[in-house]
Amino acid sequence: MTGTIGTADAPAPSTSHGERRQNNPNTRARRERRAAYLFLAPNLIGLTTFVAIPMLMSIVLAFFSVDGFGGYTFVGTANFERMVNDPLFLSSLGRTLIYLFVLVPGLFVSGLGLALLVRSQFPLVGLFRTALFAPNVISLVVIALIWKFLLTDDVGFVAKILGRVGITPPSWLGDPSYALATVMVITIWFSMGYYMLIFLAGLQDIPREYYEVASIDGAGPWATFRNVTWPLLKPTSFFILLTSTIAVMTGGLEMLVVLTNGGPANSTTLVIYYVYQQAFVYGEFGYASAIASIMVLILLAWSALLFALTRGGRFTHAD
Amino acid sequence: MAVLTRPEQEAPTPAPAAGRPPRSLVRSAVFWTFLLVLTLVFVGPIVWMLLTSIKTNPEATSVPPTILPEDPTGAAYDGLMRLDGSYPVLRWFLNSLLAATLHMLLVLAVASPAAYALARLQFKLRGLFFVVIVSTLFVPGFVFLLPNYIIIDKLGWLDTIWALVVPGAAGAFGVFFLRQFFAMLPGELEEAALIDGANQWQIFTRVVLPNSKPALATLAVLSFLTNWNDFIWPIYVLFSPERLTLPAGLRLLQGAYTTDYPVIMAGAFVASVPVLVLFLFTQRYVIEGVSRSGLKG
Repeated sequence: MTGTIGTADAPAPSTSHGERRQNNPNTRARRERRAAYLFLAPNLIGLTTFVAIPMLMSIVLAFFSVDGFGGYTFVGTANFERMVNDPLFLSSLGRTLIYLFVLVPGLFVSGLGLALLVRSQFPLVGLFRTALFAPNVISLVVIALIWKFLLTDDVGFVAKILGRVGITPPSWLGDPSYALATVMVITIWFSMGYYMLIFLAGLQDIPREYYEVASIDGAGPWATFRNVTWPLLKPTSFFILLTSTIAVMTGGLEMLVVLTNGGPANSTTLVIYYVYQQAFVYGEFGYASAIASIMVLILLAWSALLFALTRGGRFTHAD
Repeated sequence: MAVLTRPEQEAPTPAPAAGRPPRSLVRSAVFWTFLLVLTLVFVGPIVWMLLTSIKTNPEATSVPPTILPEDPTGAAYDGLMRLDGSYPVLRWFLNSLLAATLHMLLVLAVASPAAYALARLQFKLRGLFFVVIVSTLFVPGFVFLLPNYIIIDKLGWLDTIWALVVPGAAGAFGVFFLRQFFAMLPGELEEAALIDGANQWQIFTRVVLPNSKPALATLAVLSFLTNWNDFIWPIYVLFSPERLTLPAGLRLLQGAYTTDYPVIMAGAFVASVPVLVLFLFTQRYVIEGVSRSGLKG
């Protein structure tokens, strides 16, 4: 596909392999370069079409108003001005911040806790790791449906079990003061196994000798954690803080669509849901793009802040 | 880095080293109980889905609740496992299977040569390409949702399987993932092949790919899982009920059978079987892949 085997087909009789390669380094380098671009071509075409152009479009669209018939009108910064005066957007932003402040630390602590729990080799440890990770391989729609039924008022499994011991639970998904908390708990439930796995990989990268030294020095479990595990886990921690923020802020849309539809009384309308609603329910592509751009800016700012705070904590996992 | 300060006195009693289970009987009991409860919390809801799907609807909502079905029935599955009808779960299942399989193959076909070029070939823009490709990993996926919808529309792929198969296949994840693996392969094999007069394509197909089976398998499984589970994208690019994927179809099913627990849980279970089975058989690859890259496809 990429080229010819020219020299191999007709080698000069007296030339050995080694000499032949030295004889035409330019040809070889040129061939290698050409091969490289051909190898990259399908991916670059795909990336241009479905990643680069969409990114540009997303920025451009933010300055347009798109009507229901596919007509585009340049509106300058009107979409951004609208955002500042849109109480629904502002409240969804506030809600998203609460969501982040609960979930990012929540996932961090629970993921690390699980990883520490199943890091050692004990019988059946593989089985436990598999079980804890299992919710991650199932579709979020299925997760949402399971919990929707488990938590149904009165006839849901959880309500019935609590009813047996004389507790009347609140309407988990129907009461505006509980719905967001319920969504947060379910999110922690299905994603903590994923963060466990990343922490586990980080823990396994810590050389055993450090623990041996700590043990010889008589360090207790807490001292060992604070002086060995924690400092050596910093790159992993940094990576998890960064990726979990992105995941929490931009993921979980399936859950909101299936479980609550942003309700009741908008109590689970997070920014991601608001973008989805504006774009696909109301067809406000321009406004939705403007909000999406602001979200990306917030994420960039957060990443920069994290870099600054951790003095550029290295990505061991992203190399 | 390691701030291991030596304590004043040399304590000879070794503390339980990290990486070993607790020793005393009470602590072990607490440890195992805790683990079992946790496992129940994680696996319980999934098992509950299966058990509910083989109950009758009255039993599924009965008070007090039953755990095991008193009279197991496949009734919920009867209406679903058809190719026609308004809620053709079997057809959706086959659609999902086809889309996820094609997507997986396309990811492998597109990502592996690109990864090979970035890992093993010398060319001027190599560093630049790598940085640009990897940096797209950090742009959240929802940014692409809307523009890609417009692009798919322009390509005439709305409501076709290509809308599910193609766009995500150019993602940076596969390239990044395989590149890390290819970069670690020993160079001698390639050298030997070059001396034998092989060209880059032959080296790639006969040397690099056969020696990278674990990485290719991991990427295959991860891309299959991601594509199978996708929901938001399919519900927007597909309109015809008979072309839906299973997760997308579940939403229709839920809309139609709001209170029929067994039917919806049966649909949800059918949607989960392939991924759970795939995960059980390839979990070593999945876990290795996720933990090494820190990213899901």
